[in-house]
Formats: sequence, structure tokens, C-alpha cells
Amino acid sequence: MKKYGMVIDTKLCVGCGACVVACKTENDVPEGLHRDWIVEEVTGKFPNLHMEIRSERCNHCSDTPCVSSCPTGASHIKEGSNIVKVDPDKCTGCQACVVSCPYNARFVMPEGYVSKCTFCDHRVEKGESPACASVCPTHAIVFGDLNNPMSRVSRLLRARKFKTIIPEAGTEPNVYYLI
Amino acid sequence: MKEITITTNKISNMVNGHFHVWGWEVPLYLFLGGLTAGILIIASVMAFRKKKDSFALSSGKLSLWAPFILSLGMVSLFLDIKHKLFVWRFYTAFEITSPMSWGSWVLLMIYPLSFLLILATIRESYPGIFSFINKFLSFLKLDILFRKLTEFSEENYKIIAGITIPFAITLGIYTGILLSAFGSRPFWNSSMLGPLFLVSGLSSAVAMVILLSKEHKEKSLFTKVDIALLLTEGVFILLFLIGLATSSSQYKAALTLVTGGALTSSFWIFIVMFGLFIPALLEVLELKGRNINPKLAPVLVIAGGLFLRFIIVEAGQMNSWLPY
Ligand code: SF4
Ligand code: SF4
Repeated sequence: MKKYGMVIDTKLCVGCGACVVACKTENDVPEGLHRDWIVEEVTGKFPNLHMEIRSERCNHCSDTPCVSSCPTGASHIKEGSNIVKVDPDKCTGCQACVVSCPYNARFVMPEGYVSKCTFCDHRVEKGESPACASVCPTHAIVFGDLNNPMSRVSRLLRARKFKTIIPEAGTEPNVYYLI
Repeated sequence: MKEITITTNKISNMVNGHFHVWGWEVPLYLFLGGLTAGILIIASVMAFRKKKDSFALSSGKLSLWAPFILSLGMVSLFLDIKHKLFVWRFYTAFEITSPMSWGSWVLLMIYPLSFLLILATIRESYPGIFSFINKFLSFLKLDILFRKLTEFSEENYKIIAGITIPFAITLGIYTGILLSAFGSRPFWNSSMLGPLFLVSGLSSAVAMVILLSKEHKEKSLFTKVDIALLLTEGVFILLFLIGLATSSSQYKAALTLVTGGALTSSFWIFIVMFGLFIPALLEVLELKGRNINPKLAPVLVIAGGLFLRFIIVEAGQMNSWLPY
């Protein structure tokens, strides 16, 4: 089984938003809605301030409250992988999954069903990387199989310091941030 | 100079970082579901009473309210869901890990059970409606079936009531579990919500009996029951708060919503003060023979039950693991 993940280098990300625009274009995400977004965080004590910019999206978690709370099976894990998807024809728009995601990664489409990042599985099937990763001008976003020790994502995680976002929420996220 | 953290969220779904997906429909649905559970529990328990001659409301007339109140709740839920044409999808799957799936199937079981419960007492409780239905169905040549079903229900009254009780309890608890199952919202993530909503739904149903009953004996019995339920509810709320206070920092942060934060006054005034303490006090005084408007306490209890759902549904959405 493939365990897809993303490794995003916060030391390279400049917050240009190219990943957001690429995703909206690739996936036809309607006006005002976003499958990925940019977070800027400034922490510290003046004058020792630290700034971090992160491109965030669904973490395609290993423990998925969004899937287990879905009453219809619309939220599901794609076979042979860990990609979390929504089947619009099964979705009632009850928003249980929206509420259950600690990352607020899900939203309701104008048609009424729920949508979110798919790791561009339609591109991944063809051996391409997700739209966001493919356009990043600083190559901050790396996509790959975490189960394969030789993949770039695995090697980056061995070589560099990293974190995940709110791991204490307990969903075992698969998007990593190099720090 | 203080240590600071400033987080801005550029290009995002979240307007000002405030997450809010459930409005008035879900809390209203949770309240009406709890009330239905309470009504069915009372109507079923009364099937086992010894003396058959009194308590016309709670042991007969009351059950007719159940399917109507539940349907109102279902309408409210329907208004909330966003992909309305696909509502039938609730019934093409049973997802064992999803409280909402459990809920939709339990709701489906509640209807036939409450109809049988109504039929078991309809001849005495609503003779007018009974003969009207009979006449109406005789046009369609279905009156024999109706009478057979009525006789069946009358004969098996206790069995039907006995089956209804666990289903009604499940319904009442489910209205709380629906929220408490969300680990992503620390304010809800407490298993106390199940029993709390069950007791609150029961207490609202008891208040309804006090409000509608015409028998003095029935009123005073249910007033006593209500005092016990309100006390229990108070203890459950206290345990719920203690649970948050003794948990990790996210849960403590959630607790501050009602201990100084945005929902403090509404929580303590509308739920604790006017929803629990004052009606319990009024009921005690009433039993002691004080002349108090008998409608006041039950109306406060019902309003308190409604506020409980609204405030808790709101609080859960105001607090999450993410700081943005
Ligand atoms: S980030 Fe949210 S939507 Fe994505 S898999 Fe995790 S819990 Fe589900
Ligand atoms: S909104 Fe759709 S995908 Fe989400 S829990 Fe409800 S039915 Fe499942």
C-alpha cells in the first residue's frame, strides 16, 4: 500500500500563494473556497522574532475522524492508498466530517456536497505530482510515498528536523513541515 | 516585552478564523429528538403502572405527540443538510463508527414503535380520533387491518413499551453522543453529553406533562420527578465542567468559554439559573403549597433545555485545536 505524504520546507516557502492558485485552477475550486491556503505565523519576544510561512491543506491523516464520522460512506479512503476522498453522489452535506476535521480542511461546495484536497489523485495516478507541488517556485513542496524509504519525502524526513501541525489532535497527519 | 504569537491566515475558507457550520437547525433537532425520547420513555414506563384509572395524559394522550415532535426535528435536520436531494443516502449505508448513522437508523425504528404505543391506548385516549380513522379507513377497506393492529397493540402493550424504552434511551443519549464524538472540538468531546442530554430531554418531557395535565395527582407526581431530574442534570453539568477542567490545555481553554469567556453569562443565566435552579426552586415551593403560577416552572425547564442545546452547539464551534 502507498502512504502518500507531503513534506513542505518552511525555510523555502515565501508565501507567494502559487500553490493555492494552481490548486484552484487544476481542480476548478469555486470562488471563495480553497483546498489549500497559506498561514503566516510570527512568534517570539521582540526583537527576537521568528516567522514561519506554511502552505496548508488536508493532511490525509492516518487516523481519519472525517471518514469515521461520515454516516453514508461518502468520505472514504481511496483503495490502495491513504488518500482521503469524498464521493459527491453519496454525500448528504450533513457536515459531520467538516466539524470532525481539526484542521478545518473541508468545505461545502455551492452544489451542497463536501469537498477538500485530494492530493490531486487524478494526477498522481498518471505519475505526476499534485498541482501545488508542481508549481511551487521555490520547490518547497515535495510529494511522495512515505512507505518507500528511498522516496524524496522519506529521505527529507531522515535528513531534516520536521514537525506536523497540532499532532496532539491525534489524527496522525501525513503532511510534514521541515523547520 | 511579552512573548507573542500572531497568526494570519492568508487565502483561506475561514473568514476571520471563525469556524461556524451548524446554525439553529442542529440544536433544535437535538432538542426535539431529546424531547421525543423523554416522551416515549414516560409513555412506556407508564404502561407498567399498577393503577389503571388515573394519569390520562402521561399514560395515554402523551405518546401521540412523539411522532409529530420527532418529525419537526427531522424537518429541522433536513433544513440543515446541504445536499438535500441526496438525503436518502443516510439509508443506503450503516456506518458503525458514525453516530449520525446510528441516529438515522434509530429514528427509523422510533416511528413504528411510537405508532404501536399510540395504538395501544388510542381507543381510550382519543376516542374521537379513533372512530374518525376507522371511518376514513373503511372507505379504503383498511379498517379491519387498523382494528387488528390496534387490538394487537392493546394486547401487547407492555411488550411494545418494553421494547420502546431502550430505543428511546438510545435516541436520547445519541443526541449527546452526536456532539461528544467529535474529538476535534474539545468543548463537546466529553461522554457526559450523552447522559446530560438524555436527562435534559426527559426533564423537558416531564415539564410538558406538568404543563398539559389536568389531574392534580399527575401534576404533583411529575413535579417531584422533575425536581429529581433537574438535580441530576445539575450534577451532570458539574461533572461535565470538572471533566474539562481536569483535562489537557485545549480542554481547559474550551472551559474558559463558560468561565469568563464569550458564553459565560448565557451559560450560567439561561441554562443553570433559569433552566435548572429557579424552576427546581419553584417546584419545591409549589409542592409546599405556595401559590405560584403552575405554568412558570415547566416553561422555564423547556426553555432551559432548548438553551442547553443551543449554547453547547455554539460553544463547540467556537473552540478547536487550531489557534486560527
Ligand atoms: S486533515 Fe481533516 S479532512 Fe484531511 S484526513 Fe485529516 S481529518 Fe480528514
Ligand atoms: S457532509 Fe457528506 S462526506 Fe461529510 S459526513 Fe456528511 S455525508 Fe459524509
